[in-house]
Amino acid sequence: MLLAETLAPAFSWNPVADLREMWAYPFMVNAFRAGAVVAVVAPAVGWFMVLRRQTFAGHTLSVVAFPGAALATLLGISTTLGYLGACLTAALVIAALRERGRSGGAEESAATATVQAFALACGFLFVTLYKGLLGGPQALLFGTFLGITTGQVGLLAAVGAVVLALLAVIGRPLLFASIDGDVAAARGVPVRLLGAGFLLLLGAATAEAGQITGSLLVFALLVMPAATAQVLTARPVLGLVLAVAFGLGACWLGLIAAFYQPYPLGFFVTTFAFAGFLLAHLGRALAGALGRAAPRTGVPA
Amino acid sequence: MITALHQPFFQHALLAGTAIALASGLVGYFLVLRAQTFTGDALGHVAFTGAMAALAGGFDLRLGLFAGTVGVALLLGVLGRRGRPDDVVIGTLFSWILGLGTFFLTLYTTHRSTTQGNAGISVLFGSVYGLDGARTTAAVLIALAVSAAVVLIARPMLFATLDDAVAAARGVRTGALGLGFLALVGVCAAEATQAVGSLLLLGLLAAPAGTALRLTDRPYRALGLSAALAVLELWSGLMLSAAVPRLPPSFAIMAVAAACYAGASLVRPRSRSTRTTVARSTVTRIATVTRTTEE
Repeated sequence: MLLAETLAPAFSWNPVADLREMWAYPFMVNAFRAGAVVAVVAPAVGWFMVLRRQTFAGHTLSVVAFPGAALATLLGISTTLGYLGACLTAALVIAALRERGRSGGAEESAATATVQAFALACGFLFVTLYKGLLGGPQALLFGTFLGITTGQVGLLAAVGAVVLALLAVIGRPLLFASIDGDVAAARGVPVRLLGAGFLLLLGAATAEAGQITGSLLVFALLVMPAATAQVLTARPVLGLVLAVAFGLGACWLGLIAAFYQPYPLGFFVTTFAFAGFLLAHLGRALAGALGRAAPRTGVPA
Repeated sequence: MITALHQPFFQHALLAGTAIALASGLVGYFLVLRAQTFTGDALGHVAFTGAMAALAGGFDLRLGLFAGTVGVALLLGVLGRRGRPDDVVIGTLFSWILGLGTFFLTLYTTHRSTTQGNAGISVLFGSVYGLDGARTTAAVLIALAVSAAVVLIARPMLFATLDDAVAAARGVRTGALGLGFLALVGVCAAEATQAVGSLLLLGLLAAPAGTALRLTDRPYRALGLSAALAVLELWSGLMLSAAVPRLPPSFAIMAVAAACYAGASLVRPRSRSTRTTVARSTVTRIATVTRTTEE
């Protein structure tokens, strides 16, 4: 970004000095705070999403986030509210459509594709109507660390706390329903209600992640850390902890790199998260090749 | 509005757009019928990164566009036959590719060009009004070649799509056909990127085809209808944006396409056609057959 160039901060390989230099700017402190909140909430929800194979719903939600944020900018309200409003509404719509009966197939995918393209086109319209967007629509699409206010961090933290609390409450039955929906339903677990509730949590998590990575690269924090964790372990608690750790690592490393380099934040976060995913696969392949006798932990499914 | 119609940029847009829409409508019909819209989605991501990489490297944007989309379309075809990679892996890969595209975009805007600051936006959301005479000619010729190719392979494609196993038994080379079709999809995606942009090309491919599939059950009629709808939607979109200059053309095209699809869904909420049911069950059967043979 331009700001990073004019200030010309130089990376010194001295972590203490570097952090002190970065945190001298209030916007960087806010960016790190927001990043921390998002990197805890998104991988935790994303872990369940990967387990439930709902990446497609996550993709749709993230696409809808863009027009929401663009409309919020156009109307002059906080983009956080725009992201949250759009994602939660879309989650409700998806949940309602699921209720009415599910069917895959050609026409369904054509409908989804049409809705996604139309949503993106609406976002583009709002951005063109509003000329003075900081960094253009690229900030909304690919993420930025500039201009996160303390109020936004507070809102992110509040929403994140609610999401995590709800996830903790429904975590056990949700895990049961995700792994074996039929048995869970037979045992009296409200599978449908849990599915709809989870979609709402997913909407909130997508909205939060979109503000760091941009709405097109939400997968970097939502899917990649969770997928990496599931490559390494199938145990739920350990997997959740690992996913959050990977998310935090990718997000903070991305913020540091984006501060010192002119390239967008979303690029760094996706690259670090993707590198972790590749390393995890490589590590598992190596471990499998070295000790075939050792019991393997793998991705369920 | 009358003045806009006489401007060369509008005439170029109309000419190139018509050819591109024709190709997209034809390719999109098979894409939707074969339930491969995800490929279109993936190609949108790759188109952006390919174009940006070419710009950052100092090449013509279209070189990267075509190389990227055709290459990845073929790659997906090869991967798809050897066991389906699951969507977590694909989603992870393609969001990284898109992230890489933003890297090339910044590389381009900071090091190569200061005047073309919105190159990224025009690739993402299309710049149909920015086509000059030479680009228009190239786009029209390529789009017409794609359309001709789709029409030529339409009969065996339809056979292979509806019943892959029987088609293979009757001597149709389904594997080569599928790969050839994916290459056509790649070319078409690169073309559509120039008209409506890499993020919206999925709409141009899927919306007219989805509408046509809802309106008629007969395959050739649906194929023709899909192409006609795509062209009509593009024309209406361009007219709309000429009448209301505040509307960007790609938004207008998508809005018309989405409205047509919504209208068709209202007229025929859920098609109970035997043909699509047959196609659907065949597709699932093919999927299970290939899966079991691979295992």
